[in-house]
Amino acid sequence: MTSEAWLIIATAALVATSTALLGSFLVLRKMAMLGDAISHAVLPGIVIAFMLSGERQNMLLLLGAALSGLLASFLIELLHRKARLQEDASIGVSFTWLFAIGVLLISAYTGQVDLDQECVLYGEIAYVPLDLVYFGTNTGVPRPLIIAGGLLLAVILYLLISFKALKLVSFNPDYANAIGIKTQLWHFSFMAMVSLTTVLAFEIVGAILIVALLVVPAATAFLWSRALIPMLLLAVIFGLVASFGGYGLATTIDGSIAGAMVSVAGLLFFVSLAIRLLAPSRGEKVF
Amino acid sequence: MERPDYLDIILDPSLLVVIGGTVLLSISASLVGTFTFLQKRSLVGDAVAHAILPGVAVAFILRGEKDPLWLMAGALVSGWIAIWLMNLISTRTKLSSDTAIAAVLSIFFGIGILLITYIQGLANGNQAGLDQFLFGKAAAMRQKDLMIYGGLALLLILAVFLFFKEFSLMSFNPDFAQSVGLPLGALNFVLNSLMVLAVAVGIQAVGVVLMAALLITPSAAARSWTDSLKPMMLISALIAAFSAFSGSLLSFVAPSMPTGPWIVMGLSLVALFSLFLAPKRGMLARLLQQKQHQRKIRDENILKAIYHYQERSNAKQQWLHEEDILEVRAFKKEALTQGLKHLSRKGMVLNQADRIQLSKRGKVEAKRIVRLHRLWEMYLSQRLRLKADHIHPNAETMEHIISPEIEAQLLKELDYPDLDPHLSPIPYEHD
Repeated sequence: MTSEAWLIIATAALVATSTALLGSFLVLRKMAMLGDAISHAVLPGIVIAFMLSGERQNMLLLLGAALSGLLASFLIELLHRKARLQEDASIGVSFTWLFAIGVLLISAYTGQVDLDQECVLYGEIAYVPLDLVYFGTNTGVPRPLIIAGGLLLAVILYLLISFKALKLVSFNPDYANAIGIKTQLWHFSFMAMVSLTTVLAFEIVGAILIVALLVVPAATAFLWSRALIPMLLLAVIFGLVASFGGYGLATTIDGSIAGAMVSVAGLLFFVSLAIRLLAPSRGEKVF
Repeated sequence: MERPDYLDIILDPSLLVVIGGTVLLSISASLVGTFTFLQKRSLVGDAVAHAILPGVAVAFILRGEKDPLWLMAGALVSGWIAIWLMNLISTRTKLSSDTAIAAVLSIFFGIGILLITYIQGLANGNQAGLDQFLFGKAAAMRQKDLMIYGGLALLLILAVFLFFKEFSLMSFNPDFAQSVGLPLGALNFVLNSLMVLAVAVGIQAVGVVLMAALLITPSAAARSWTDSLKPMMLISALIAAFSAFSGSLLSFVAPSMPTGPWIVMGLSLVALFSLFLAPKRGMLARLLQQKQHQRKIRDENILKAIYHYQERSNAKQQWLHEEDILEVRAFKKEALTQGLKHLSRKGMVLNQADRIQLSKRGKVEAKRIVRLHRLWEMYLSQRLRLKADHIHPNAETMEHIISPEIEAQLLKELDYPDLDPHLSPIPYEHD
């Protein structure tokens, strides 16, 4: 394989590791669709920040996206708790509205904004080796690779700090509340982390496929283990397999790399599902 | 240059086709969506919209050209498989239904993207134009499309009317529906098929991502205006039609803007307006109601406290300071001052400098509340045999709620008692 291929795979693997870790908590907290909603809802924030700054490498972009992600989770809470709209509908109404705003902004400023709808959905992981940053020397490092590495560091750091609280909040929110853990604080910090991940990975794999990387490896891992640490490890492994296998599949049939990664992740999920449904292990009542 | 004549714009035949198409699509989606909304399965529609993509792509690969019937068949099959899988995952494994939806949605969509990019690499790939499924292309609708998709939409609307009774029973009370012998499995199959069809048709207008809005948002808006099903369906159809009409018009006047997002924008604005501002069920109305209720409880507690003070000091009628009332019951200072002001405006309390006294009407009202409190305590201890030290907190709540009818019933049931369980006298209006 060429070095370009390795750069793409490495970037994908870094993203997949971050999303597998965060996604496990999303799955455990039964908030997968909230993650989906946020990944759509960051779009207007990204576009507005883009219009203001006119470039991609910008802190403003991060801020805008993280803010609109938080706005989405706030809007969903507001509609659900205060306007008493059922939760599934609150999610559906909020994210479609914010996404529509994003698409309208993009089409209103076509030409001025170097963003298009396809990029929003597919991402541009194939261009990873072309987008180089130079550090004084003449060997360039792909910017997305640096971003993906930074993201993984941030996710690991966040999980190290919040692991205990997040674990309690995920498995037993009432108990967590009772012993004085600030569940709301952890909820929103977690949502902010999910928004951040979505934004950072947005250019690389696209808005919708990021959801797949968040949810599918974690859900596959959940089928095999219900203990947290093994589940996290398995999710990461499935994410990595999807990155490698996806690249192979995409080059074989000349299709979208991100799409192929999700297809491989999906294959792992469905195979696991079939095995678990058809052959329950050791008679234990898993399902 | 001449300014465009707006009548000409509206009567433009190609615009009429687009408007006719989007209005029909939106209405049919909103009607089917009402039932999925009531079943709390709104997001299943979102997943189906994404899941249609691989079916469409496979149909194209098999057929080799963009044949609407084949694409529609492919869409139906893969939409159906997705529904079946979501069902399987959420019933047979411990994964939550929400994870099942997200997983199926994203996996199918990923496969769809992979297949579409693969098709684009093929020799005949360029004519595929499959990305119109991603973003919708209402503005490009031609008369032939209108015939097909409009016809399907009409069929959907007809089917909803045909199965109206069954669907509503199934959505509101599935257990009862089963007990009267409705074939729930078959009906669910029909409703799911209608949803898949509505999605496959609607995607033409607004695309994969925004399709969910066409299903969910009109119902979410309509729910704020009514409690019963038929008006709700009518309102959501109207909202859908209005948004489709204005969205198509807007994107025609400003051609660089896509139709789908404008339709969704219209739907969302109507929905947010309804959810926040609708009378009775809207958020603002609820908050006001809550405030009003709290104010009523505060006022009634003040009246009661004044009554207790008088009762304790055995004085017939005397002028009180705020501090005297605070002696009886711990109010927040501002709440008490505000409450007294409110009460004197209503003529329940008389003022003399900084002192206050119950008016005649205030006294009647105070007696009523104390009576309700003590009657309820009596009821709890006599009929439910609760101990005397357990009944006070409950009565504190009930005294604000008991209606005159229930009061009359309590009086009759307890045979007009004189003393409550704590041996305090129960005051009647003419004592």
